[in-house]
Formats: sequence, structure tokens, C-alpha cells
Amino acid sequence: MHIVVLLKAVPIVGTERLGPDQRVQRGQLEANGNDEYVLEKALKLTEANGGEVSLLSMGPASAIDALRKALAMGATRAYHVQDEALAGSCIRGTVDVLVAALRKIEFDLLFVGADTSDGLGGVVAPAVAARLGLPYLSYASEIRASGTGVSIDRLSPTGFDVQEAASPAVVMGTQLLGEPRYPSLRGIMQARTKETTTWSLADLGIDPASVGEAGATTRFIGSETPPQRSGATVVKAPPDEAAAAIVDFLATRRLI
Amino acid sequence: MTAVAGGLTPEERLLKETVREFAAKEIAPGAAARDEEERYDRSLFTRMGELGLTGLPFPESVGGAGFSYRAWTLVMEEIAYADMAMAVSLSVHILSQFPVVTWGSDEQRARWLPEMLAGRKLGAFALTEPGAGSDAAALRLSADRVGPTEAPTAYRLTGTKIWITNAGEAERYLVFATVDPAAGAKGVTAFLVEAGTAGFRFGRKERKLGIRSDTASELIFEGCEVLVANRLGEEGQGLRIALSALGEGRISIAAACCGLAQAALDAAARYLTERRAFGGVLAEQQGLRFMLAEMAQRVAAARALTRAAAEAKDRGEPIAEASSLAKWTASDAAMSVTTDAVQLFGGSGYSREFPVERMMRDAKGAQIYEGTNQIHRLIVADHVLMRIKGE
Repeated sequence: MHIVVLLKAVPIVGTERLGPDQRVQRGQLEANGNDEYVLEKALKLTEANGGEVSLLSMGPASAIDALRKALAMGATRAYHVQDEALAGSCIRGTVDVLVAALRKIEFDLLFVGADTSDGLGGVVAPAVAARLGLPYLSYASEIRASGTGVSIDRLSPTGFDVQEAASPAVVMGTQLLGEPRYPSLRGIMQARTKETTTWSLADLGIDPASVGEAGATTRFIGSETPPQRSGATVVKAPPDEAAAAIVDFLATRRLI
Repeated sequence: MTAVAGGLTPEERLLKETVREFAAKEIAPGAAARDEEERYDRSLFTRMGELGLTGLPFPESVGGAGFSYRAWTLVMEEIAYADMAMAVSLSVHILSQFPVVTWGSDEQRARWLPEMLAGRKLGAFALTEPGAGSDAAALRLSADRVGPTEAPTAYRLTGTKIWITNAGEAERYLVFATVDPAAGAKGVTAFLVEAGTAGFRFGRKERKLGIRSDTASELIFEGCEVLVANRLGEEGQGLRIALSALGEGRISIAAACCGLAQAALDAAARYLTERRAFGGVLAEQQGLRFMLAEMAQRVAAARALTRAAAEAKDRGEPIAEASSLAKWTASDAAMSVTTDAVQLFGGSGYSREFPVERMMRDAKGAQIYEGTNQIHRLIVADHVLMRIKGE
């Protein structure tokens, strides 16, 4: 079984800043949190049933640290699409690139996280599935894979629905799949020698003018800082006292 | 965040981030409670073993993770940032393996190391005695030969060790004894002793000022028989064996002190930006900013010396002087920075509700163990004078 995990390198959560061009600055990056949850599940499935996990990422050179961490967690290899012309890509451009890359890889399952902490679009994965003509199973709280297919528990308002599909298929997972592991130290050392393939747009046969800022189908109009909020009461006290203070606060306003 | 973060390899950066995340999530939360209850949490050591920290700086040829010693100092910093006591426990565990890696026979390494490298068995290093602290050659724990003098089959250990870190919790003890008290340093011999060996028991548990969740106890040997296969190196090599590992141990403790000092600095800086007085936050007061800057200066200097010593070890250079400079400077920095942190917290700093008083208590011991800072002055002076004589 070969599982490909889409992994995006995002600005370290909590340190995101807009640059002078009003774009999210991509200085120090880390693996998108949601992607690590599906990676964890992919590793568990291949450890139990045999197989390999590959990573696919589109991002700048600095994305390598996030890939290295995922390799240290146990992934077998990484594919990194990196090209200066990719900066400023819209969702459609990103999907074009990922689809072209995935056409070069033979896989049984493609795992994706629920969304990314910087983009929050949540539509790249279904678009990729649609373009590749593959079944798309989403909001998985559990994933079971066999040699020929996959079944998931899909979160629903009343519990979960069981969905099944034949391989190859795209599965979007949630954090209910379980906490990602730490990279093992042996894994950190081994990550150095694991195979990382870097593809440029030329390698994927994509016209640079069709992606990046040049080919973007959405445009940045402007940005504003949200107005300062006022009147917030911050309760700083040990848990018992804090709980009592909050209950009092709500009670005086007849909210409870 | 530190003043200088550059110069690390990608592997070292990933290691540092991994250990930082692990320590923040799993070690820091219970640190205050463990200190209060003087309780060692063995499950945390087990977790460190699962991560691979318990064998990190040893070569892959003996089953270690094959990281550099500089990488080890990053681990120590991050663990001590969360809890100094756990860092000291781990440091001693590593210290107790170094001599086996360096001096052990293949058979001893194969028998002794795997469980320790994996974090399934905890190690202790037993050198200090009631009458032999800084003057290690004066130790009196006797090792009487069993069988012919020239080819003994075993040794009977009799005497007492004190202040042995991890004692009681540890399964594996590296014990230094003497086959001839009259021979001084030349009689000192190293032995590998397992907990539960007949004639070996634990005495009084020390009631310490700081690093209270780490155990330190007396070891009592009453004719404890240790087979010759468990003698590490030859008779009389014990002091060399002990001292060879202490260099590494000192760098390790220096790194832990950097982490502890950094934690106090960060806590104080955060407090200054939150606490208000005289119509503004404390961070606006120039006098307090000066204190904060001086704390940062001491941490940065200590870290630079510690990394330099670790890099010297990685290059295979002698580390006696460098490790003494690092340990003395870093433990003094930890003491002074944590004391200043308590001062900056004011009344809150003196309260056990806040973490800085614990950090201050945890720092003090590091000026004493792994060679008192006075001993380190002697070692450094020796090296300065040797160089002059050599001219």
C-alpha cells in the first residue's frame, strides 16, 4: 500500500505576519498541524499492513524543514514542488500543480488534512480529487485501509457515517484520528538519507504564466487591521477561583 | 527564544524543536507538583527513552542515536527549561553510561548498555562518599578480592556512598571503590552493580533544597559480591574512568543550567510586560530593563562557553579546562539569573505559587555538584599555569 500525504509548510502558528506586499510572510515554516494528523494515521496504517508513505508538498525552499520533520516521523520519501514562479498562486493554480505532480506518482490513497492554518480554504483536496476523477471521502475520524479499498468513519451531526471507496481514493482526515507522534531521534538522523525529489514547473510540464501571481484567478484587494476590542475582562486566577469568578460574572448578567 | 540561534545543523534544529515540544507538553506541567511532593516520575524517564533521549549522544555502533555532543547540550537545555530536576536525572543516566561505552569490553557493553540506551533501565554514578567529595581519590568503599590476588574471581564491596543521584529509582550503578585504601588514586577501581544484588541496599534519602523531585540517597554495601566480569577496566583505573566521564557530565550540567537560566529569564521578561505599577507596565522601568539585559548577557555567555566545550569534545580535543569553565560559568549564571528573576517578580517571586523560586532553589545545587565551582577554579588555574610552564 502506498499512501501519499499532502503536506503544506505554513508560517509557525502564532507568528504569522503580513509583509509589505500584504502577503503572508513565509519566513520560518512548520508542517501544517492538520496534515500531521493524517500523516500519523498513514504511518500507523502502513506499519500495521505494510507499505510506504510519501509526502507531497508545494512550497518555497524553506519548506524543507517541515518535510524533514515528517520524514523523521517515519515517511519514506518526499516530493517537493519548488519554483519561484509559484509565489502568489491561487487555489486553482495550486490544484493544477498538485494534480500534475500526483500524475507522476503511483499511489493507492491520498491523505489530506482538514484545512491549512494559513489558507483555510479547505477546497484544494476535493478539487484535486475531482480533477483526478477519484472518490473523495471527507471528515474521517477513523480510516481503515485494505489492499483494494478504504473505508472511513465520516463525522456527522448524529455520530458518524461509514463510507467506502475503491483505491485509489482521496481521504480528508480530522484531528480525531489521533495525536501525531514526535519525530524519533533515530528518525531525525535517518531523514538525512531519505530520498527527496524536487520538481520544478518545467519538470511537471506546467507553464509558469498559468500559475503563481501571474496566473492567479483571485486578486488581493486590500487589508485592514481589525478595530481594537475594548471592555474585555481577563480572569487570571487559579482554576477554581477563575471558574467561580466567571460564573459570578455570567450570573450578574442573568446569562446563567 | 535565544539571542543567538544560528550555527545549528538542520538535524540539530529539528532535535531542539522536538525536545522543546515534548518537554513543554509532558515534563513542564507537573514540575511544580513533583517538586512539592519530592516525587520522581519514572514514566517521564520511560517517555524520554521512547523518544530516544536516553542514548542520544552515543555512537550508533554501540546502539546510541549517533548525535554530536553539541546536540546533547540542546537536549539538556530544553529539558531543564521545563524541569531542572528531570534534566539532572537524565544527565546522570548518560554520565553513568559513558565509562561503559569508553572502557567496557564488548561483552560488558552488550550486557549493560541496550536496556539503558533504550530507557528501560535507569543508571546512577556512585563516586561521592562521606569522606570523599571533591577529593575523589580519598574514597574508602573497599573492594576486597575474592580468590587469588593475581586473578580474583570476584570482589566484596563494603562501605557507603552518599548523594547518589537516581539512587533507589535506578537499576544500574557504576560504583567506584578501592582495592587498596593505602594506594590512594592508584587503588580506585570501577564496578558495575545491579540493584537487588545481595549485600547492596539503600540508606537515607537526602532532603534537598532544590531539584527535589530527583532522588539522591545513600548506597550501603555490606560485603556485596561483584563478579570480576563486572569490573570495568583494570584495577586502579577507576579514577581515570571517573574523571574521563566527569568532563562530559560537566558540559551536560552546564547546558542544563543554560536552560534553567533561560526559563527564568523568559518568565521574568513575560512578567515585566504584564505587571503594572506607577501607571505602566514594569517593562517600561529602565532600572528593571537593565537587570533583564544583564540576565540575558549571562545566559548568552554561559551558552557560548557550553557550546564551545561541547564542540571541543566533538572534535576529540581535551575538555578538562573547557568543561570546567562552562560548568562554573553556567551554574553561576543560573544562580544569579534565577535570583534576579525572583527579585523582578517581587512578592510573587517569593511565593511558591510562581515557578521562579523553584528555579532559584534548583540552581543552587549546580554550583556544588559535578565538582564545586571552587574545584573548577583550581582546574582552570592548573591549565593556565601548565601553559605558562610549557612556554
